[in-house]
Amino acid sequence: MVTQVYAQEAAAPAEEHVEDVAHGATDTHADPTADTHATTEAHGGEHDSGVFPPFDPATFPSQLLWLAITFGALYVLMSKVALPRIGNILENRKSIVDADLAAADASRQKTDAAIAAYETALADARSKAQGIANETREKIQSDLASKRSAVEADLTAKVTEAETRIAATKRDALTHVDEIATETAQTVVGQIIGDVSTDSVRAAVAKASKE
Amino acid sequence: MAGTDPIHQFVIQDMFPIHLGGDGTAGSGLNFSFTNSSLFMVATVAVISLYLILTTSAKSVVPGRAQLVSELLYGFVANMVRSAAGTAGMTFFPLVFSLFTFIFVANMFGMVPYFFTVTSHIIVTFALSMLVFLTVVIYGFVKNGPKFLKLFVPSGVPGYILPIVAPIEFISFMSRPISLSVRLFGNILAGHITLKVFTGFIVTMSSLGFLGILGSALPLIMAIALTGLEFLVGAVQAYVFAVLTCMYLNDAIHPSH
Repeated sequence: MVTQVYAQEAAAPAEEHVEDVAHGATDTHADPTADTHATTEAHGGEHDSGVFPPFDPATFPSQLLWLAITFGALYVLMSKVALPRIGNILENRKSIVDADLAAADASRQKTDAAIAAYETALADARSKAQGIANETREKIQSDLASKRSAVEADLTAKVTEAETRIAATKRDALTHVDEIATETAQTVVGQIIGDVSTDSVRAAVAKASKE
Repeated sequence: MAGTDPIHQFVIQDMFPIHLGGDGTAGSGLNFSFTNSSLFMVATVAVISLYLILTTSAKSVVPGRAQLVSELLYGFVANMVRSAAGTAGMTFFPLVFSLFTFIFVANMFGMVPYFFTVTSHIIVTFALSMLVFLTVVIYGFVKNGPKFLKLFVPSGVPGYILPIVAPIEFISFMSRPISLSVRLFGNILAGHITLKVFTGFIVTMSSLGFLGILGSALPLIMAIALTGLEFLVGAVQAYVFAVLTCMYLNDAIHPSH
């Protein structure tokens, strides 16, 4: 099978060759230039050379020249005008956005600093107020204590004075008791038995008061 | 049936003939004529430049919609370059930006009926990919000197495999301009031919009477779907070209991978 196919394939070009030879043989009888003319016409006839247009070498110089001119112009316009301009626009926009972001960041930091300053000021004021309150309380307390101690000392002095006075009065009174008793006894004895000497009555009273 | 010929859309026609050299007969000498292809190259560059320059002229800090599109395009390509080739790759930002916008707008122009698709010609895509390739090779050697050849010697590969690996790396490097150009060219060419073939079917079938008109709905649906797909392909191929450019430039900037 394989050999058959191969044989067919191998035979085909051989046949063509044979045909070519036969064709050529017949053509040799006719004018050879006429044959080439016929083949070119058979292929096309759209363009002068009559080959498939994209492979027609006659059009190559024109295409190459105009491609070089147009593409060169495009390259110059792009690299010198359009692309730098677009690049500048993008760069400019990026710098503006970056600057705005930086400004926003700076403002935010400023706000943060202001808030922090406010907080510290508030804490300071609060601690100062507390200090003043404490100071005042202590002053009042010490004032109060000193006044109280002064009053207490005064009172104690008065109490002791009074006590000494009472003791003195008591002592006085006690000494007077003997005299009153002597006088009374003398008067009573005088009424009953007549006059008695004061000294004897006193002695008697003293004796009685000792019992 | 010339209207349904899928190849006709790729034909280049002279608009202002400019011929240099040759003996005066047709086809001799060099043809530098201003053609329909040249017209759409000029239109592509004009649209890109005018849009980008006019929408950014106000330089507003708060962009309008039009300016925002320019800025997003800038950011999109800038991120692409930076992520693929690093900050050092930003030297090539204008190049990558020009390539991306040129291919993208040329592809989008190609989607408009009767408009010529600049990127459907292999010589244009090959020229653009050779521009990238030569930039990589020249910058690579200027910046790194002989160290640029380290590109073909992947680090961490044992010495006895190098005789095999280095040629493979070299061949893959040398085939880059071909793969880069053929990818874009092939996608655009094939897409436009397919689109034209299916729209041609609509015309052919609807000329066959009532049943033909009914049947032409099928290629019509196909053509609508393909149109959407081709817009996607046009955008994706521009992106792929730009990303691969960035990756190749990365090799020139950092040759040892």
